Amino acid sequence: MELLMFFIFGVGAVAFALLMVTNKKPVNAAMCLIGVMFCLAGLYVLLNAHLIAALQLIVYAGAVMVLFLFVIMLLNVEEKEGRLAVNILVVQSVAAVVVGLVFLTVVNLPKTDASFFAGMGIPDFGTTKAIGKMLFTEYLLPFEIASILLLAAIVGAVILAKRRIDDAE
Amino acid sequence: MSAYVPVLIMLVLAVATAGGMIYATTVIGPKKQFPDKMEPFECGESPIVSPKLRFNVKFYLIGLFFVIFDIEAVFVYPWAVLFKDLGLFGFIEMMVFIVILAIGLLYVWRRGALEWE
Repeated sequence: MELLMFFIFGVGAVAFALLMVTNKKPVNAAMCLIGVMFCLAGLYVLLNAHLIAALQLIVYAGAVMVLFLFVIMLLNVEEKEGRLAVNILVVQSVAAVVVGLVFLTVVNLPKTDASFFAGMGIPDFGTTKAIGKMLFTEYLLPFEIASILLLAAIVGAVILAKRRIDDAE
Repeated sequence: MSAYVPVLIMLVLAVATAGGMIYATTVIGPKKQFPDKMEPFECGESPIVSPKLRFNVKFYLIGLFFVIFDIEAVFVYPWAVLFKDLGLFGFIEMMVFIVILAIGLLYVWRRGALEWE
């Protein structure tokens, strides 16, 4: 069952990713990216990371994609769809080699470092309750600092974006 | 894993409900077509324009605020799960968090960033 789910979500993620990069219409590509994120959330569930899966859907598939779509609609990129650059083959090969090396490193990592799997034995590892307990006791200060960070983001958004919008009018 | 079976069932039911409604209306619904009815209608707007409009840039600011407050909501989520275990300490913790972000909301509001004009 778990293996079946893994294949469904894994193949789904790769398929949506391929659709995304081959799609010439930006909005359609963004919709495919939502599909990728949904499949990744499914993989997180299989890894017992339930909170991360929920965050993946709420923050990435929800909020970040809304921003992506807004940018696509604001810029009206639709008109500029067209040919890729000529030297794209060079960029593609370099990117492929880099990603391949990263994958190789990741695949070889757990063999050398046993502590990589240290958490996997704990039954409620990765559940919302376990993460919440850590967040609200051991990592209390980072949690409160996160609110300051978000406050800075709010102020930054107002100062950077609002002034420019006002100036443009 | 088995905890996600209800989620899956709900997903299937939701898709079936939405799809079923659309299917049922196309099959059962009466179809009397005449030119005036088939014309696209929109009140106060020219009904035929290119769908590739540029959207107002003000939407972007609203989008930014949505992302930030969405991340705030995400922190509340594990807190809600643990609310009874954490007791008063957890409550005060979260209130500090929310008050700091409420200052941000107040700032956004007072600067008029939520006003459309």
